[in-house]
Amino acid sequence: MNNVVNDFSITVGTKNGSGSSTANNTILRAIFKMGIPVSGKNLFPSNIQGLPTWYTIRASKDGYLGRREEQDIVIAINPDSFTKDLASVAPGGAFYYADDIKLPITRADIALYPMPVKELVKKDPNIPSDFRDLVGNMVYVGVLAHMIGIDIEKINAALTFHFKGKQKPIDMNFNAVKAGAEWAKANLEKKDPFLLEAMDKTEGLIMADGNTAAAIGSIFGGAQFVAWYPITPATSLAEAMNDYFPMLRKRDDGKHTYAVVQAEDELAAIGMSVGAGWSGLRAMTSTSGPGLSLMTEFAGLAYYAEVPIVVWDIQRIGPSTGLPTRTSQADLSFVIGMGHGDSDSVVLMPGDINECFDFGWQAFDLAERLQTPVFVLSDLDMGMNQWMSKPFAYPSTPMDRGKVISEKGLEELKGNWGRYLDKDGDAIPYRTLPGNKHPLSPYFTRGTGHDEYAKYTEDSVVFHRNMQRLKQKFITAKQYVPKPVTYTSKGSTVAIMAYGSTESAINEARTQLEGDHGIKTDFMRVRAVPFPPEVDEFVKNYDQIFIVEMNRDGQLHQLLRLAFPEFALKLKSVAFGDGMPASAKWIREGILEKHAQNTVKAISTKPERKNTSKKTMTAKRGSKGVK
Amino acid sequence: MSALPMAGAPVNTNLVGLTKNDYRGNPTTLCQGCGHNSISNQIIAAMYEMSILPENVLKFSGIGCSSKSPTYFMNRSFGFNSLHGRMPSIATGALFGDHTLKGIGVSGDGDTASIGMGQFKHIMRRNVNMVYIVENNGVYGLTKGQFSATAERGLELKKQGTNPYMPVDICMEAVISNATFVARSFAGNPKQVKEILKAAFAHNGIAVLDIISPCVTFNNQENAYHSYAWGKDHEEPLHDITYIAPRNEIMLEREMNEGEIREVTMHDGSVVILKNLEKGYDPTDRFEALRALDEAQRNNWLATGLIYINTEKPSLNETYNLVDTPLNRLTEADLRPAPAMIDKINALMF
Repeated sequence: MNNVVNDFSITVGTKNGSGSSTANNTILRAIFKMGIPVSGKNLFPSNIQGLPTWYTIRASKDGYLGRREEQDIVIAINPDSFTKDLASVAPGGAFYYADDIKLPITRADIALYPMPVKELVKKDPNIPSDFRDLVGNMVYVGVLAHMIGIDIEKINAALTFHFKGKQKPIDMNFNAVKAGAEWAKANLEKKDPFLLEAMDKTEGLIMADGNTAAAIGSIFGGAQFVAWYPITPATSLAEAMNDYFPMLRKRDDGKHTYAVVQAEDELAAIGMSVGAGWSGLRAMTSTSGPGLSLMTEFAGLAYYAEVPIVVWDIQRIGPSTGLPTRTSQADLSFVIGMGHGDSDSVVLMPGDINECFDFGWQAFDLAERLQTPVFVLSDLDMGMNQWMSKPFAYPSTPMDRGKVISEKGLEELKGNWGRYLDKDGDAIPYRTLPGNKHPLSPYFTRGTGHDEYAKYTEDSVVFHRNMQRLKQKFITAKQYVPKPVTYTSKGSTVAIMAYGSTESAINEARTQLEGDHGIKTDFMRVRAVPFPPEVDEFVKNYDQIFIVEMNRDGQLHQLLRLAFPEFALKLKSVAFGDGMPASAKWIREGILEKHAQNTVKAISTKPERKNTSKKTMTAKRGSKGVK
Repeated sequence: MSALPMAGAPVNTNLVGLTKNDYRGNPTTLCQGCGHNSISNQIIAAMYEMSILPENVLKFSGIGCSSKSPTYFMNRSFGFNSLHGRMPSIATGALFGDHTLKGIGVSGDGDTASIGMGQFKHIMRRNVNMVYIVENNGVYGLTKGQFSATAERGLELKKQGTNPYMPVDICMEAVISNATFVARSFAGNPKQVKEILKAAFAHNGIAVLDIISPCVTFNNQENAYHSYAWGKDHEEPLHDITYIAPRNEIMLEREMNEGEIREVTMHDGSVVILKNLEKGYDPTDRFEALRALDEAQRNNWLATGLIYINTEKPSLNETYNLVDTPLNRLTEADLRPAPAMIDKINALMF
């Protein structure tokens, strides 16, 4: 039997609310501390306590962080999902289970490891009886540690971090880990190939979830006003702002330079943000699909009234009685024209934890520069799961507060000022802020029924002119939005386009496509709408382009087809939405299927390839990418 | 509109050197005789007499006839005509921008008691520092005459037939929702409207004014609750109300009434003097307020005056312990954490 080192998945099946997240995070952190690239994903139901829930950890020496569909090691603690869990183990895999579950074992092609979880916990007199179930989770951590080679000292470090150095819970949990490990050493014989060995690939990296990154990035962006309403999976973003504001914006006088308001609903959350944005604050809200639909009317008004706000949408599946705790990329079509009547949205699409941080501060600069709502589309997988990442980098540019005229500015202009006047020819007007004491600063804000001086009018010529300017402003936006990230190599005639959290799974699929099927692909991850010119260049250059995304209808695909109708035939949709994070397997299979179907060959003009982003120029960014 | 004082003949100016013209707005586009116009005029008069700098006031509204009126007063104030029923959220957010500013919001019975009921209740819980005026006529004007939620049961309107539902009592809703200042008046009683406006403006927190403002076009039948004739006949003032500014020099020349007098001292040191007409009505007693409103309802009275006041509760911005500088004047130095903080943060990410 050949050992499989640092390249397998571990899935733990437990009950929701049983406290297993501490155990699973401990495994994740310990592997990370061993220098092995690792990712962890919580696949949970909409429930507080009792329903089956899974946590899947993937160790990947090559740095792939996407979900692995093959379940190499499965740990079954929940009798309700035991049979399903047993069936899910890949042939040749390993199955650890609590030995008090008395259900038939139907597999002979896998390694089986019963664990006396309850018994071991009962033996320890230091564990109070009401803590037994919680601490019991640590027994499987210990058994697993011994069997696959997790460094037990790294487990201690992970627990110390988790319990913020509080010795009592650290000891109680660590003793259970040790008990599990010792029992495994004495009683289990290794019959599977999966092993961990320390590496140095996580040196200098951090581990964080996208919502925390977004919150901290927003605070570094000078966020001043947050109004929000609880909704999974966006809740932890606003809560992280509450957590980090006091530390990051601490003042000697103890007073606050920010306000976080939990609103009564999403209508009020965005309404307050629009009010605050109008009065000159860096204002934001965070939500998910259903909340976003409630925000639509205000989004439209903010677009027409040209009020800067930032709206984070942590995408998930549809209605609250759908699969509200499962990930998705299905809000793009809705967001791009969100509002009533003609409207265009500036949309940012972070693809990793670092970009969640960066777009946190950049979104404010963009919103204030363009005087328009900026939507940031993250998703549940990125927002709520732990990802390893480069450390957050301090903002590289000073804040851009956009075109604001102060009292002094009005003096200089001798009051010659119009709120909606396109003075600079970039379709972006100047604004004054409430509280400005110059008698000519105040103006009256309404939707589109105004002239260049904010005076009421329903004149159709004036209305039309204003709407054309708004369109022009959207074109101006192209020069300010983040450029796409591109991976190119010589000789590819096929490309992939995508956005958001699927990058790592796509890069893994690209390696497989090239290695196993001889299909070389280039890859562009778009990061914003409107599409900057780099996207035009890229689309031109290939015979076929596969648009990979996590939804049913291929929304990015549709948007690209609208933007580039002349290339519509060569843009192929590889869209799939089942609530699970993207895996290299479905991306590879989806592309192979569409690739085989491709009988109509688009005309290849074989143009010269150009580097389309900074990242292509870095040599270490090969076709196989580690973030 | 002339934004700066004009040269020429001497004009009367107030303590901040402005004339009444500096408080005016655009000509109204509402119907002639509309109660709303009378209210706009009293806002102009009250702000002028109180010597409020117009730049220190933010005007808000939702959608409807009433919500158009912020353009008819105080052109030298910022204003935001927002969405139907959503004025409270816009105002809540905007007033965080500069806590030294005061809001005047104008809404209607549809905008507040129907589509906006949710936000109306929550802005009271939050005690946002603004005057919230409901120009209440019991009818939808802009969409030409449908019943609103404050229309009385049995009201007959031309195209709608008979209203089958019980009305919402704005003041009762406000008292129940912990509003800190609740008053009712009648647009046909401009003197009282003005005094209540002044007291409301001096109040630190949310001041809800339910002003019955007859719709001359769609709901002015003599027997209708929101008509001029009915209002004049059924108005039952709880007291005479007089507002006295904190500084003596702008004290009104009006004579003080003899008789039973109750003073309420406001946050800024100004005083509201209530002269009781019949019973010893105590507007600081929430239970008494609800009782009086219920009694008026049962007797078909239009109880006007200061119904409830609580000067103890902090306003929303005070609750948030904000810095002295208005938030919208803070700079990058105040808002962006120092570079050293990024390492501290990264050390926490594991």
